[in-house]
Amino acid sequence: MPKIKLPRNSPSIDMTPMVDLAFLLVTFFMLTTKFRPEEPVKVVIPFSVTTTKIPDNVMTLSIDSAGRVFFDMDGKDTRPQVLNAVMSKYKQPITTLDQSRFAVMGTFGVPVTQVRAYIEADDAQRKIMSSTSAGIPMDTLKNDELLDWVSAGVQYGIADWNEKKVANPNAKPPKYAIKADGRAKYTIVKKVIDICQKAGIQHFDLITSLKAMPKS
Amino acid sequence: MADVNTGGGGGGGKHQKKRAKKLSTRIDMTPMVDLGFLLLTFFMLTTTFSQPKVIELTPPIKSNDKTKVDTTTLTLLLGKSDTVYYYNGLLKANHDSNNIMATDFSDEGLRKIVLGQNQYVMNSIKDIQAQHNANKMPDSTYARLLDKAEGNKNARFVIIKTDSTTKYINVVMALDEMNICNIGKYSLIDASEDDIKMIADYKLTHKK
Repeated sequence: MPKIKLPRNSPSIDMTPMVDLAFLLVTFFMLTTKFRPEEPVKVVIPFSVTTTKIPDNVMTLSIDSAGRVFFDMDGKDTRPQVLNAVMSKYKQPITTLDQSRFAVMGTFGVPVTQVRAYIEADDAQRKIMSSTSAGIPMDTLKNDELLDWVSAGVQYGIADWNEKKVANPNAKPPKYAIKADGRAKYTIVKKVIDICQKAGIQHFDLITSLKAMPKS
Repeated sequence: MADVNTGGGGGGGKHQKKRAKKLSTRIDMTPMVDLGFLLLTFFMLTTTFSQPKVIELTPPIKSNDKTKVDTTTLTLLLGKSDTVYYYNGLLKANHDSNNIMATDFSDEGLRKIVLGQNQYVMNSIKDIQAQHNANKMPDSTYARLLDKAEGNKNARFVIIKTDSTTKYINVVMALDEMNICNIGKYSLIDASEDDIKMIADYKLTHKK
């Protein structure tokens, strides 16, 4: 009986197409990923069927389930100006280093007196400060700090937009979003909306996550 | 595999010509590929594709009740724990707890009521929707006609009233319901004392 001879194939296969594909995917994910700083506040946002995307160049006021208010806004150029305006109003000292750190900081929610310490703290300390603070104070009788932050944000946001519009007519106007926890009391949200209206904001975006449209 | 290719060429006798070492043109790409897949895994796991969405809201600076017509109005009162109380028309002086009804945010609850009340608009937009779905209408025209139908004077006007116990999630659910049911005109206001009293009375009479 003759032996069946199997053709000898090399065990190594050409992996070039697979590697090409892998690097294509790496490039894709690298370009589409948007890194954002860690949020110091946990907000469980409600669902809705709306499909309008969150706009660019947005000021976000986060409200957590306990009703604490946190402030954040886009714009590396405008943030130091906003910080300057608010800190000088409350006569708090601030350095240029603080300003540049604030420009890339992300969401915060501490009273004006603690802002400088918060900027200079590291991530772990910031976490502790955020969890123990009561958010940005918004007492209408005393100093309404939230109103000052929002007013300054609106003022410099619009000024920045007007400046950019000269060079680029398609520059995005500043938008204002409220990212509230579903468990928060609506009275708090309403109070924040009232404060924003006082600062001259007429149009709000309530941040939600998508759920499917029911079949009718 | 990853060792340095030293080659075997060269050497030889004194009088032989010196030759450049013949090096292999193939380099081992395994480490690069490993790194590539590592990065791929990292980006795949950290990327979030679902961007949050927004409900656009333009609250009036000052609400004026004068423009509201009683016959086309539906009032919702958002109570505690996912309950919605509702009555037809605006709040009237002779209203008591017998005038209000309770429902919830389920498909069979609030949506059925609002859709039922909004039949006028739903009928008039059926045609527009059919044309749009059949690709016979540009999106801009569709949006304009939809706005027009929702802004019709016979369309329902929904007043959403909130009190101090209302949770934000219920407000969003109610606003969402307005979107689903094609209610173009709605407003968010505070519940009056009469409203709150009516809910309290209703709860007393409907205790199990």
